[in-house]
Amino acid sequence: MKFLKYAAAAALLCGMAWQAHGANPTPVGAGPLPTDSVYRLALPLTDAQGKTSDWSQLRGKPRIVAMFYTSCPYMCPLIVESGKAVEHALPAADRAKVGVVLISLDPKHDNPAKLRAMAAERHVDPTQWTLATPKPDDVRKVAGVLGVRYRELADGNFNHTSALVLLDANGRIVARTEQVGSKPDPAFVEAVRKQL
Amino acid sequence: MRAALAGCLVFACIAAGAAIAAGAAPRYVGLPGGEFRTALRYEDYKGKPARVAPFALMRTPVTNGQFLEFVRAHPEWRRDRVPQVFAEPRYLQHWAAPDALGADAKPDQPVTWVSWFAADAYCRSIDARLPTWIEWEYAAAADETHRDARKDPAWRERILAWYSRPSSQALPRAGLQAPNAYGVQDLHGLVWEWTDDFSSLLVAGDNRDQGDPDKKQFCGAGALSMDDRDNYAVLMRVAMLSSLEARDATTNLGFRCARSAP
Repeated sequence: MKFLKYAAAAALLCGMAWQAHGANPTPVGAGPLPTDSVYRLALPLTDAQGKTSDWSQLRGKPRIVAMFYTSCPYMCPLIVESGKAVEHALPAADRAKVGVVLISLDPKHDNPAKLRAMAAERHVDPTQWTLATPKPDDVRKVAGVLGVRYRELADGNFNHTSALVLLDANGRIVARTEQVGSKPDPAFVEAVRKQL
Repeated sequence: MRAALAGCLVFACIAAGAAIAAGAAPRYVGLPGGEFRTALRYEDYKGKPARVAPFALMRTPVTNGQFLEFVRAHPEWRRDRVPQVFAEPRYLQHWAAPDALGADAKPDQPVTWVSWFAADAYCRSIDARLPTWIEWEYAAAADETHRDARKDPAWRERILAWYSRPSSQALPRAGLQAPNAYGVQDLHGLVWEWTDDFSSLLVAGDNRDQGDPDKKQFCGAGALSMDDRDNYAVLMRVAMLSSLEARDATTNLGFRCARSAP
């Protein structure tokens, strides 16, 4: 009987929580991280302003994540364009609801100044985009949780898979696309819309 | 000559240091390194030999018993506590319980069903790291008497014979094989092994959208191909490692740790 009372109270609380979040049943950026959240990986990132904080600070908003490096001659500009293309496929009012995060594969060279220069050169919206560099020892791990494969080449360039990964507000991978360029992948855009 | 001697001294020291730390049988053996021609062909270093720095490598793969000690000391790596993002659901599934081995996991068998994240955490917990691919390939090129036995047809045959054995049989104990020319055991014929940089093995065959520039999977040049197509030992390892995600675990995939020369 006592149990039933607790169950009823719990159900009531759940109902209230549900209502507070409207149609979205996922508690946004609150409570313990889900066990399949990439933010379970402790990952200090240094951003273009030189500020270092763990990437779990990105929690609370869906994020489109990709790995890149600033001196990348060919593919990485395309990755940036893909991020923009997905952004522009959303209604203007919704763009602020999703962030884009570019994580460097090249901590040896990609300091905050390089990140800032690239953000300016590629005209990305600094309020929506985060360009950041992990510690050298963490690159293989973040690539591991994101499913990105890479190899440093003899000339200092990187050979890498060019995936855009969509994280929900809790850091769970909900979609990915390897289609890069100014034409967004419609299935990926749809997955982003579902997160808003 | 002097440089070679100094190199030998350095690696003797690593081995000796490791021996003291591990008690009776030294756990690591020192490898001198040097120029090494990988069986892989990368567009970016066209047949030039790679340079392997002196390093120490565990004589045998990490066993169930050793991994159990690690899991007890670091319970966040128990199969019932590890975040799914670091290990798939089959992680350590052959153990009787999250903190006990049982009949299907003998203490002296190599540990398998471990993800790359778990293998990496184990090595870091003992101030070591996973070997790189080139270090593994370099150590595994040796037979019992030669540092580079790769052109020997008999050696190749022996390795092929292992691949043709069904993997449903129980794993032998670690350390049963004769040491190779460096003193390392079980590199072939026991388990597959993680390398630190397994995800740098970008095999062109992985790219299902070849020819479509919009779907080009790799940035820039450098997908690898095989320079030595008869070297099945390497070919099969690379095919396997290049197909894995860092959270994957399989029935015959284990690991051993390495240390850089100080």
